[in-house]
Amino acid sequence: MNKYIKQLKEGILDNNPTLVQLLGMCPTLATTTSLKNAVGMGLAATAVLICSNLFISLLRKFIPKQVRIAAYIVIVSGFVTAVELLMRAYFYSLYQSLGLFIPLIVVNCIILARAEAFASKNPPLPSLVDGVGMGLGFTFALCLIASVRELLGAGTLFGLQVLPDAYPEMTFFVLPAGAFVTLGFVIAAVQKIRNSAADRARLKSIEEQRYPAAPAPEQVGETETEKEVDLV
Amino acid sequence: MNFGNILLMMFSAILVENFIFAKFYGCCPFLGVSEKPDTALGMGMAVTFVMTVSGAVTWVVYECLLVPFGLEYLQTVAFILVIAALVQFIEMFLRKFIPALYNALGIYLPLITTNCAVLSAALLAVQKSYSFIEAVCFGFSAALGFTLAITVFAGVRSRMQNADPPRAFKGFPLTLITAGLLAMAFSCFSGVKL
Repeated sequence: MNKYIKQLKEGILDNNPTLVQLLGMCPTLATTTSLKNAVGMGLAATAVLICSNLFISLLRKFIPKQVRIAAYIVIVSGFVTAVELLMRAYFYSLYQSLGLFIPLIVVNCIILARAEAFASKNPPLPSLVDGVGMGLGFTFALCLIASVRELLGAGTLFGLQVLPDAYPEMTFFVLPAGAFVTLGFVIAAVQKIRNSAADRARLKSIEEQRYPAAPAPEQVGETETEKEVDLV
Repeated sequence: MNFGNILLMMFSAILVENFIFAKFYGCCPFLGVSEKPDTALGMGMAVTFVMTVSGAVTWVVYECLLVPFGLEYLQTVAFILVIAALVQFIEMFLRKFIPALYNALGIYLPLITTNCAVLSAALLAVQKSYSFIEAVCFGFSAALGFTLAITVFAGVRSRMQNADPPRAFKGFPLTLITAGLLAMAFSCFSGVKL
C-alpha cells in the first residue's frame, strides 16, 4: 500500500508531468485561461490516461515491439473519442470552451510518455496507480497556473468574483502572451524550490563524506570546538 | 469561394490566427526544436510538407469514407491513423526517391506524428467545412505560420545563449518568457479584421 502512496506522490509532486518533466505544453498553455477549463481539461486527460495505462499494461505482452507506438495511439484515440462523446452529452458548455483540445489529448505527450516509459513495462495495478498520480499531477499543475491567470486577469476564481471591484483587470494574463509568461514564472518557482532542495542534499552528502560515521548532533558540535581549540 | 477569399484565409492563418502564438497548436516542437535557426527551419519545412499533404488526404478520407458511412464520430481515430501512416510513407518515399530532401528533413519526420498542429489543422478544416482546395491551402498556410514562428523564435533564442539569467530562470522558464514577448508582438495582428 505504501508503495502506491509513494507512486501517487511521485506523480503529483516529485515528478510532476507538467512542472518537472515539462511535457504536454499545448493544453497547459491553452486551457488555463480559467480554473473551470483547467479542471475539465485535467480530469478529461486523467480519465484517458488511467484507461490507456491500464489497457496498454494488460496488452503489453501481445503488442509487437515494432508497431507499439501505432498501437498505443489507436488505444489512446479510442478512449479520447469516448471521453469526447461523453463530454458532448453531459458537459456541453465545457466541451465547447475546450474546443479542439479534447480530441488533441490523443497527441498529448504525457499519455504517450507514460505508456512507453511505464505501462508497457509494469503490471496493470501499478500502471493504474501511475495513471491516477500523473493525471492528478497534470490537473494540479493546470489548476495552479489557471488560478494565477484567472485571479490576475479577471479578478475571479471559478467565475466567482474574489478581488474587489477596484481591482484593475490585467487582461494580459488571459491573452496568449500571458500564458507563456505565467508558465515561465511558475516553472522558475519550481526550479528555485528544486535547486535549493538539491543544494541541501549535496551539502548533506558532503558532510556525510567528511564525517562517515555521523555521530549525534551534540557530539559533532563538541568535536568541532575541540578541533578549533586544537588549532588555536 | 473565389481566389481572393482564399488569399485572405491564408493571410489570416499565417499571421492573425497563428498556430503557435494565438492557438497554441504545436507548442512541443516549438519549445523543443528551436535552439538553432537551421534546425528550426528544417523542422518548419518538414511540418509544412506533411501538413499540406495530410490536409489533402484527411479531407478525402473524411468526405469519401467517413461521411458516406455515417462514421463522423470516428474522425479523431481515423485522422491520427492517416497522419501516422502518411508520415511513415513520406519518410520511405523521400528516402527512396529524393535523398537530398530526406537528408535535410529525415530526422524531424518521426517527431511530426505527435505534433498536434497537424491533427488540429485536419480537424479544423472539417469543423469549418472547407472545400478540398481550401483545406489544402489552410494546411499549407497554417504550417507556414508555424515555420515563421519557430524560425523567428530560434533566431531570438540563439542570441540569448550568452545571457546570464538568475539560476531559477535558466533554461525552460527563460525560453517561455521569451516566447511570451514574441506572442505579445504577434498579438498586434489580432485586431486585424478580415
